[in-house]
Order: sequence, then structure tokens, then C-alpha cells
Amino acid sequence: MSDTKKMNVTYEVAPGDFERAGEASSGIKRLLQRIGIPAEVIRRIAIGTYEAEMNVIIHAGGGVVTAEISPDNTVIIVTDKGPGIADIEQAKQEGWSTAPDYVRQMGFGAGMGLPNMMKCSDKLDIVSVVNQGTQITMLFNHVDKENK
Amino acid sequence: MINLNQVCSTLNAKILLGEDQMDREVFSACGADLMSDVLTFTKRKTLLLTGLTNVQVVRTAELSDLCAIVFVRGKLPGKEIVEAAKANDIPLLVTCYTLFEACGRLYEMGIKGCPHKVFADE
Repeated sequence: MSDTKKMNVTYEVAPGDFERAGEASSGIKRLLQRIGIPAEVIRRIAIGTYEAEMNVIIHAGGGVVTAEISPDNTVIIVTDKGPGIADIEQAKQEGWSTAPDYVRQMGFGAGMGLPNMMKCSDKLDIVSVVNQGTQITMLFNHVDKENK
Repeated sequence: MINLNQVCSTLNAKILLGEDQMDREVFSACGADLMSDVLTFTKRKTLLLTGLTNVQVVRTAELSDLCAIVFVRGKLPGKEIVEAAKANDIPLLVTCYTLFEACGRLYEMGIKGCPHKVFADE
């Protein structure tokens, strides 16, 4: 990141497209690898973004994933115009899920998405309005927590 | 130190992809059909054993930096799964053992799980 201080990338997430689910997260991961962010940090960003991306595909009929990459941190913003989350505190509980059975058969929908996003990120904000949509903002400091 | 080659012989596994990667080190292993759990509880370079053969398994392995995937019960993944793994440099193995037995054999040879706290007083 020698020539620019900040880099932004945006991905559209198509509704219900499970074959392509994770493409945004994968693209962001590759970009972070190219600019030399530590592998442990990239892993946290990739997993947190993937969980959010899956949620958008499962629940919201598509949305937008944006990564704002600075030298010291990455901010991931995931926005959708889906049904919204009525009770955010409940959605943060491990095991709480409204995912349909076909999603569970694919290995998802176990109610670990939001808890895992909180675990991976250094800060997570959710703004959600029922019947209007949800925006999740995750901050990841570029600090290797495992190998400090 | 245990590598994929040793895993392969312990599980009588067939290599579907990544024959040249068999010296890859295996730090820990995880047996799961629930990708949510894999994303939550694994560490880097973990070996995944699973009965699921959809594209999300490869995506999960890619994004979690897993070292390889072992499909259990002799389940063979489709062509597009193998292609996705190839693009992401993820070795694929298949064993005839069940998930339980495959995990047991690997545990016996010294591969550990990915420990985590479930209860606060542990």
C-alpha cells in the first residue's frame, strides 16, 4: 500500500446464489494477501465477511459488501434491503437461527453467524430496521492476535 | 510432526487432488458437517473431515486457511468441487471410514482437535 493510504472495494452479492456464496470474501482475502497483511488477520477478516455474506444470501435477497482497507485496519460494511432483524440481542445469541432447512443441509444456519462475526472482529455495529434492511459494520485492526 | 502423507496411509485414503502437497503439515483436525462450526472453532492449517461434498466446504476451507479436506464414507465430490479446490490449492482426500472412525484413527496417531472453552468455569 505504498502509493495509496486507503483502498475501497465493493462487491454485489446476488440473492440465493449459493454456488457463488463467498466470492466477495474470497476477493477481499486475495486483495489483503497481495498487500501483505498477516495471515492470521486475513483469516479473521475472511471468516467474518463470509458469515455476513452468507447471511445476506440466506435471509436478505442479496446486498452489497464493501471493504475499506487502511494501513492499520480494515472495515467491512455489509448492507442489504432484506427483512431486517427484529431483536438484535436475540440474533447475537449462539444457536439462535431463523434459517430454513435447506440452508442447514448445506452446513449453515446453526445460529453461529453473528456470534462468530463478533468473535472475529474488533468491533461490530448492527443497524437494522424491520422490512427495510440491515447494515453490519465490522472493524478489524491489522494486529496479529495469535503471534504477538 | 504429522503430514498429509501419514494421514493418507492411516485412513487408507485416496488422493483426489494435491498429490504434490502430501508433505503439508497437519496441526490439528476437525470432523464436522456443520460449516458454521468449522468457521467458528478451527485454527489455521487444520485438517477438515466431512461428509458434505458441496462447494461451501471448499469455500470454508479456503477462507479458514485449512490444510486439506478428507471426505468420509467414500463420498466423492463433483467435478466443480474439485475444480474449486484446485483453484485454491486445497488437497482433497477420500476415505471409506465413517466420520467417527476416521477421526478416531487420526486422534490415535496423535493429531489433536481445536480446543476451545464452552463453559466459563473450565
